[in-house]
Amino acid sequence: MRETAVTPVQVTGTVLTTRRVDAYHALTVVAPGVAERFRPGHFVSVAVGGPQTSMLTRRVFFVHDVKPDYGGTVEFVFTGRGPGTAWLAERRARDTLDLVGPLGRPFPLPRDPATCVLVGAEYGSATLFTVADALQQRGCRVDFVLGAASADRVFGALRARRMGETTTLTTEDGSLGMRGRVADVLPGVIADVRADAVYACGPMDTLRGVTAVAVEFDIPVQVAVEERMACGIGVCMTCVLPVIGDDGVTRMVRSCVEGPVFRGERVRFDDVGTIPFDALGAPGGGTRNVG
Amino acid sequence: MSVDMRTYLGHVELGNPITTAAGCAASGAELAQFFDLARIGALTTRSITMAPRAGRPTPRVAETPSGLLNAVGLQGPGVDAFLERELPWLAQRGIRTVVSIGGGTVAEYTALARRLTDAPGVTAVEVNLSCPNIEDRGRVFARDGAASAEVVASVRSVMRYDVPVVAKLSPDVMDIVSVARACVDGGADALSMINSPIGMSIDTEAMRPSLAAVTGGLSGPAIRPLAVRCVWQVHAALPSVPIIGMGGVLTGRDAFELILAGACVVAVGTALFHDPYACLRVLRELEELLAARGFHRLADAVGLAHRPPGTSTRHRIDLEESSL
Repeated sequence: MRETAVTPVQVTGTVLTTRRVDAYHALTVVAPGVAERFRPGHFVSVAVGGPQTSMLTRRVFFVHDVKPDYGGTVEFVFTGRGPGTAWLAERRARDTLDLVGPLGRPFPLPRDPATCVLVGAEYGSATLFTVADALQQRGCRVDFVLGAASADRVFGALRARRMGETTTLTTEDGSLGMRGRVADVLPGVIADVRADAVYACGPMDTLRGVTAVAVEFDIPVQVAVEERMACGIGVCMTCVLPVIGDDGVTRMVRSCVEGPVFRGERVRFDDVGTIPFDALGAPGGGTRNVG
Repeated sequence: MSVDMRTYLGHVELGNPITTAAGCAASGAELAQFFDLARIGALTTRSITMAPRAGRPTPRVAETPSGLLNAVGLQGPGVDAFLERELPWLAQRGIRTVVSIGGGTVAEYTALARRLTDAPGVTAVEVNLSCPNIEDRGRVFARDGAASAEVVASVRSVMRYDVPVVAKLSPDVMDIVSVARACVDGGADALSMINSPIGMSIDTEAMRPSLAAVTGGLSGPAIRPLAVRCVWQVHAALPSVPIIGMGGVLTGRDAFELILAGACVVAVGTALFHDPYACLRVLRELEELLAARGFHRLADAVGLAHRPPGTSTRHRIDLEESSL
């Protein structure tokens, strides 16, 4: 039940508001064409550095929120640590941004009401709130597990507490919630709420841990990967990772167009950053690869 | 005033001089979401190989000042899937298609050309010579005129007579003119330049090379002067050979620069990662620029920078003569 891709648009969006959220920055941009096509799990790409920029790759961000104001706005969250996001962090209201979106395949949603655990690490949590919204509209029960290295990097704890039946927080330094990582507390949460499905977003090692737990409980897990991208539209071939297809064959697929949402058990997390020897077209891959 | 933007690649007429650079437009369908690909002169495919290729491990790109280092490793579906799905898709939409081919041996290039020779929808074949030659300790064909010419001659010999064969040259050579001349002598109908020169960057946080493959091809405006130099030198030596110029074209002005140096077709590559509409924007800007300078035809501007100092531009002579 793969969601079909929607046609992205390129817009010059006007920055509506900027705010700091703990360790992160959030920008709300008026982008009508993007907002109206948006579905949970989609992301947007932004050109950084202005018209004479020396930064040629676009920066991609999951969408935190979509509102109908001013014809449609999208909000995204970022850290501001690299030169591109530092430029974004300096944007002020009424500045314009070159935005392309919505991009990627969104999260598939259950047809019937179900109990879903939404797991987010660091600012990967940002993408979960539109998912939670869509799930609740379908009568699903939503529980959150959010975590990060420290309290100021747990994104959206307050909103999760308002939306979720339960919210479990983890930090690696113990400054908020339970000490540890999201995958450590997830088995308890799944058992307590009798979860039917897991939705997750965050760094690759978090997703690996979350997927392992869901597989243990034999429930479906949808993960949105944060792979490094340069274009976001499928032309640069940068954001590939090994994913097992319906036919059982591993392919190096682009997380921007074939993802960013994958069934967790299909992603070969242990092999991310490599070309597995049995992947289609791998060097020395044997007779299967001979054209 | 509209400018006649038609141009020729060998004997093949293109509606306008803008194409995508090899490996920068995936299968074509990705960009078709944004604009009608039939509006650009041609689409150049990624380099097609005999077998499917998974490419290089990640990280595959690193951003450098006004540039992009990449080591994708020719990831692609292989010639069977290309002929079955991607080429018919392009042909059905009337998109002129330059098929780039890559191989590890002369025999592999020849086999690819043989597969393409009867396929409908091939406007031209671009031979990616920057592939490691398995039979020569992995050194790329493009580094040597004789090796390049051998590939070109063998592809030319099996390709249909009415499909131009384009040799894509690398700037990582001592004398690009001699390689260009060897390719033309080998039967190349046109030349394209430049393929991305090899560069490297080191992540100073991790204190490791930024790319998994250690080195990668550098593209983007950082290499534009290199491209202009190569096009200039080759056009000066071989003025009758059509040149597809590429290397860091972001705007119509950049395309015009390559045209003045001697290119009659300009490919847009890395700019597509930044702006999906880059091809159409470059085309529009180029047309406006030509019109603003009083050109009626694109062909009048090709190689115009080579005219001796002190002479006025050809079209101005035309205008003066007609007014007499």
